[in-house]
Amino acid sequence: MTVEAATIGLTHGGSEDTGLGHRGPESKSIVVPYGFWLFVLSDIVLFSALFATYATLAHATDGGPTSNELFSRNLVAVETIALLLSSFVCGLAMIAAKRANMVWTQGWLLLTGALGLVFLSIELFEFAKMIAEGAGPQRSAFLSGFFTLVGCHGAHVTCGMLWIGTMMAQIWAKGFQPHIIRRLFCLSIFWHALDIIWVAIFTIVYLIGTLP
Amino acid sequence: MSPDENDLLDVAPGQPHSNIMSESAAYIIGLGLALLLTGISFWVASTSALWGPGVAVGLVVLAIAQMGVHLVFFLHITSGPDNTNNVLALAFGVLIVFLVMVGTIWIMAHMNANVGMSPEMMNLQTQH
Repeated sequence: MTVEAATIGLTHGGSEDTGLGHRGPESKSIVVPYGFWLFVLSDIVLFSALFATYATLAHATDGGPTSNELFSRNLVAVETIALLLSSFVCGLAMIAAKRANMVWTQGWLLLTGALGLVFLSIELFEFAKMIAEGAGPQRSAFLSGFFTLVGCHGAHVTCGMLWIGTMMAQIWAKGFQPHIIRRLFCLSIFWHALDIIWVAIFTIVYLIGTLP
Repeated sequence: MSPDENDLLDVAPGQPHSNIMSESAAYIIGLGLALLLTGISFWVASTSALWGPGVAVGLVVLAIAQMGVHLVFFLHITSGPDNTNNVLALAFGVLIVFLVMVGTIWIMAHMNANVGMSPEMMNLQTQH
């Protein structure tokens, strides 16, 4: 019976197969970031629902201000460059962390967080200006969709910055231990993913929204 | 990181290569390409030299290209055999994102066009 099963490919002949490949499960340095990658993908799925909502409601302005009247491309360009550089510098921090270089890792992480702060400050300035002009989330379906989508991304950036600060403290206090490095890699995946979502936001909301 | 970990078949997303020069080069190429694509996007959106109705489609294509650049050069998602699991997960994610976005936009556009509502209901400008 077992010979027949092996012949038709149901078992690996003679091996004690665990169902996890011939070498057993992968090491934690692979499994943990992979699991986090799955979380990040599910987060992107969440954003796709917010994008779909925004796209559906983009013209439901209820006689209020439209996207053409509200958005400034210059501010968005600065935001985009800040977040892109932040993502790049985060990568440099990972290179330094892999080589257990304390000074460069902390320096690059600090710069990553600082560029994130530049992005967040501009976004909050824009939000405050819009709300002061009476274009808050309660004005129209379009603005509800806008504040939900862009605000959700901003909330993610805020969490990411808190995480960067936490990791800087942990590296300082505990050194480059394997579990700290794993957390750092998860942070870099999160931070790069936020930049990918921002690419979709600045294209769909700000550029397509302000076409003549 | 132990030396034999370089022999493992799988790598995790965001995991840099082994050599500091090629690692930095990947990030610098990625930054250059991303800046270039961002610049082209902003130019395409503000120029009047291009055919108007095609601009939105062009912007979406540029955005997808830039997301690809981020995935390859920043997250190191490649087509190599060590990346199969990461790519499969990404493919499933992209499928769901595609279904949610295209499905919603398609259905909602057709509801606006086809469902027999009174004229003021059909005009999205007046909806709350």
